[in-house]
Amino acid sequence: MLEVEGITKAFPGVVANDDVSLTLNQGEIHCLLGENGAGKSTLVNMVFGLYRPDQGIIKVRGEEVHFEDSGDAIDRGIGMVHQHFQLIPVFTVAENIILGNEVTKGAFLDLDSARRQIDSLAERYGLAVDPDATVGDLSVGEQQRVELVKALFRDADILILDEPTAVLTPGEVDDFFGVVESLTGQGKSIIFITHKLREVLAVADRITVLRAGRVVGTAAAEGATQQSLANLMVGRDVVFRVDKAEADPGAPVLRTQGLRVADDRGVETVTGFDVEVRAGEIFGIAGVEGNGQRELVEAVCGMRPTAGGRVEMLGQETTDWSPRKINELGVAHVPENRSKHGVVAQYTIADNLVLNRYHQRKFSQRGVRNTAAINAEAQELVEQFDVRTPGVDAFIDTLSGGNQQKVIVARELTGDLKALVVAQPTRGLDVGSIEFIHRKIIELRDRGVAVLLVSAELDEIMSLSDRIGVLYRGRLAGTVNAADATREELGLLMATGSSEGQR
Amino acid sequence: MTTVEHAAGATRASGRVGLDRQSITGLVFGVLGIALLAGVAPAISGTSRRFNFEPPPDPAGIGFHPPTWVIAIGVLFLLTAVLGFAPPEARRWATPARLLSALAVIPLLLVLSLALSDNPSTNIVNLFNESLVLATPLALGATTGLWCERSGIINIGIEGTMLAGAGIGYMTYATIGDAQSTGWLWFSILISVLAGGLVAALLAVLSIRFGVNQIVGGVVINLFALGLTGFLRSEVIVKTGITTGVGTSEFGLPLLSEIPVIGDQLFRGKPIYWMMYLVVIGTWLVMFRTPWGLRVRSCGENPHAAETLGVNVVRIRYQSVILGGLIAGLAGAWFSMESQTRFEDNMTNAAGFIALAALIFGKWTPWGAFGGALLFGFSRALGTRLQFLGVEVSGFEIPSEFLQALPFIVTLVVVAGAVGRSIPPAAAGQPFQRSK
Ligand SMILES: Nc1ncnc2c1ncn2[C@@H]1O[C@H](COP(=O)(O)OP(=O)(O)OP(=O)(O)O)[C@@H](O)[C@H]1O
Ligand SMILES: [Mg+2]
Repeated sequence: MLEVEGITKAFPGVVANDDVSLTLNQGEIHCLLGENGAGKSTLVNMVFGLYRPDQGIIKVRGEEVHFEDSGDAIDRGIGMVHQHFQLIPVFTVAENIILGNEVTKGAFLDLDSARRQIDSLAERYGLAVDPDATVGDLSVGEQQRVELVKALFRDADILILDEPTAVLTPGEVDDFFGVVESLTGQGKSIIFITHKLREVLAVADRITVLRAGRVVGTAAAEGATQQSLANLMVGRDVVFRVDKAEADPGAPVLRTQGLRVADDRGVETVTGFDVEVRAGEIFGIAGVEGNGQRELVEAVCGMRPTAGGRVEMLGQETTDWSPRKINELGVAHVPENRSKHGVVAQYTIADNLVLNRYHQRKFSQRGVRNTAAINAEAQELVEQFDVRTPGVDAFIDTLSGGNQQKVIVARELTGDLKALVVAQPTRGLDVGSIEFIHRKIIELRDRGVAVLLVSAELDEIMSLSDRIGVLYRGRLAGTVNAADATREELGLLMATGSSEGQR
Repeated sequence: MTTVEHAAGATRASGRVGLDRQSITGLVFGVLGIALLAGVAPAISGTSRRFNFEPPPDPAGIGFHPPTWVIAIGVLFLLTAVLGFAPPEARRWATPARLLSALAVIPLLLVLSLALSDNPSTNIVNLFNESLVLATPLALGATTGLWCERSGIINIGIEGTMLAGAGIGYMTYATIGDAQSTGWLWFSILISVLAGGLVAALLAVLSIRFGVNQIVGGVVINLFALGLTGFLRSEVIVKTGITTGVGTSEFGLPLLSEIPVIGDQLFRGKPIYWMMYLVVIGTWLVMFRTPWGLRVRSCGENPHAAETLGVNVVRIRYQSVILGGLIAGLAGAWFSMESQTRFEDNMTNAAGFIALAALIFGKWTPWGAFGGALLFGFSRALGTRLQFLGVEVSGFEIPSEFLQALPFIVTLVVVAGAVGRSIPPAAAGQPFQRSK
C-alpha cells in the first residue's frame, strides 16, 4: 500500500528522520515505536503531506507521490489522527468532519446529507458520534472518534494513528481496539504509533522501531516481548518495576473535607471528597475517568472554584485561593491537559521551564529578566530530564509531544516542594522516560513531599502509590494499602464503588 | 473558565463578597431605576408630548405622557436589578430582563429628551430612518471587520481603507466626470471599491506575507490613507476647482414605498444604503452557508487544523481580507458620493473604529454587527435631533457637544453590561506559518 524509501528530514538543529524506510501492506497494522523525539510524528506527517521530506521517496500503491499539502495526501486515500487533535472547538462535529471536503447542494452546504453520511459511517464502524454536538463540549474519547470519522469520511484506506490511545481511559482503549479491528476487517491498512508495549503486542502485525531518527529494526510481532522492544527503543535495559523503600509518612500536608466541585456544565462531579495526604507518602487516586478526577485536581490547585467544603494545605485553609498563592506555599502541579494548562506554546523552552518562578530574585531583578540565569537553569533541567531539543531557546511547540511533557514535569518537580499534585504525569512518554519520572517522584517522596497522584493507568497507580483511594462518582469509595491491593479489588471498586460488588 | 464565572462561584461557595459583571449590571440598573422613579418622574410630571409618524403639516401620531413611560421603565430597571441578585433558580429570567432593560434605554432617551425640550412633538419614523441611513458605513465597516477577523486577521485599518475609498473615488469622479455625470459616478464608486480592496491587499501582504504585527499594520494603513488622501485632495481635487456635485439619488422600493404614512419615509433611499443590506445578507449567506465560508471561519479558529484538511489558509486569508477591503471601499463611496458629494480631510471621522465596536457588540456575527451599527446610527441620529430640539434641564440649556456624545455614552455603558462577554475568533491576530 505504502512505501517510504530513504526519507531524511532535518529541522534547525536536529535531524528528525535519517534515511528512514518503511512499508505498509494491505490490511496490516504496522506499529511504529520509539523514544520521545525519535521522529515518529515527523515521519507520518511527511506521509500525510504536512511536512515535505528533504530526501527520499514516498510511494502509494506503487506510485511515487510528491505531496504539496495534506489535501494531496487525502486525495490519495490517506487519513490521519494527529497526536494533538486537529479540531475546531466552536464548530459542530459535522462541520469539523466536512471541512475541506464539503457536502454541497448547489452553492450551499448540505448539512443534512452530511449528517446522514456521518451517521451511516458511525454505524458501519461502531463509532458513535453526534453530528450536531459542539466539539468543544465533547470528552477526549469522543473527540478522538470525531477525528477517526473525519478520516473515514474522506474514504481513507491508509490510516495513520499517532498515539491515539495516550489520552484514552482503559475502557475507551478497549472500544478503540474494537474499532481498529473492524477497520482492518474492511481492508484498511494502519500505521499505529504508541508507547504502550502491551498494546503493540496485542494488535501489531509488524513493528518498526526508530531511535534518534533512524530505523533500528523492523520485525514481525511474533516473538517480540515487552522487554525486547523496550531495549531496542531505548538502547539499554529498561526496568519495568519501580523499586522503592517503605514509606515513612509524617504530618498531614494536604487535606480536603467534604469537598464539592462542579464541572464546566455546572454538574457537581466531586460530591463530598475527604482525603488526607501526609508528608512523605504518595496517595494515588484510581478511578474510571469522568468520576471527578479533573475537577478535584483543579479545585485543589485553585484553578476551579469549589462549590462547598474545604481544602487545607500545610495547616492553612486554601479553599479558592489563586493558583499562584497555592504554588507559593510549595505546592506543585502537573496538569492533565498538557497544551491547555501545561505550556505556553508561543514561549521558548527556557521560558516555559521558569514559568512558575520567573518572578523570583534569581531570575529577575527589579522587574528585569536575568536571561543568563534563566538559560543556565533551563539548560540544567533539560539535561537532567533528558529533554530532546537542539537548544533551550527553541519554541516549545517544536518539541515532540513527549518532550513537552518532560518540560512540564521538569518545571514542576524542581524547587522547594512541600506537596505535589500530579495528573497523568507520564501520558505520552516512552518507557525510558516513565522509568525516570517515576524514580523522580519517589525521590521527592523520600525527601518528605506529600504526593497526590491521579492517573488513568492502574499500573502506574499500583507501582507508585503507598495508599490508593478509588474515586467513584465524586467521592472516595474506599482506601487500600498499595502493598496489599490487587487489580481485581481495585477494578471492582472502580466499577461499582464497593468491594462487595453491586450495591 | 472565565474570571467572571470564577468570581461568581467563589462568592456563592464561601459567602465572601465579590462583584461580578451580573451584579454590577444589576446595581447600575437599580440605581437608574430609583433615580427614574424618585427623581425624574416627579420632575416631569404633568408633561404631555406627541410622537409624529410623518412630517408636518397635520401629521399622524400618538400623544403620550412622559412620566408614565419613565415610571414603567423605572420599574423594569428595578426588576432587572432584583433579578440580578436573585437565587440561582430565578436567574434564568435575569438575562432576558437585562436585555429588555438595555433595549428600553432607547425609548427612555427619546421620551426623556422630548419631555425636557419645549417642542411638544417629534417625528420618530423619520428618526428611525435617519438611524438606518447613518448606520450604513458602520454596518459596511463592521462587515469588513467580520471578514477579516473571521479569517484570523485583525483589521484596525478599516478607517483608513474607507478613507482611501472615499478620497480616491471622489477624485476620479471630480477629474473625469466633473462630479456631474451619473455614468462616471458609478464608475467612480467602482473605483472606490477597488481602492478599498487594494489598501486591504496591502494590509494582507504586510500581515500574512511579512508577518508584521497586525495592529501595527492597521495603524500604518490608517496613517498612510490619511496622508495619501490629504495629498490627493490638495494636489488634485482642489485644483479641479470642483467643490460639490451630483451624488447618488434616492429611489423608492416598489410597492413598499406606497404604504401610507411610513412607506415614503422608510422605503425610499439611496443605492449604497440599499446595497448595505445586500452586503449584510450576502455576508451571512456566504459565511455561514457555503463551503468557502466554512473554510474562512476555520482559518480564524484553528488554522493548523484547517491545514491538515488541505485548506489553503494563506490563500483564504488573502481572499477574505481583500473582500473585506472591497466592502470598506464601498463604505468610503457612501461618504463622498452618497451622503455628501465632496471630499474633506479625515471625512470618515472614526466610523471605521465605531464599526469595530459594532462588530464586538455583535459578537462577530453579521446580524449582530448590523444591530450594533444600527445602535450607533441611532445614537448619532438622536444626538443631532437633540440639538435642534433644544433640551433644557431646569432652565439651563445643555451644550450641543454633550448632547451629541450622550447617546453614545449611555448605549455603550448599558449595552456593555447587557451584551456580556463577546468571544473573538480564537486565532484572530495570530500569524500563521505553513508547516515545512
Ligand atoms: N516543527 C518543528 N520544528 C523544529 N523541530 C521539530 C519540529 N517538529 C519536530 N521537531 C523535532 O524533531 C524531532 C522529532 O520529533 P517528533 O515529533 O517526530 O518525535 P516523536 O517520535 O513523535 O516523539 P513523541 O513520542 O514524543 O511524540 C524532535 O527532536 C523535535 O524536537
Ligand atoms: Mg509524536
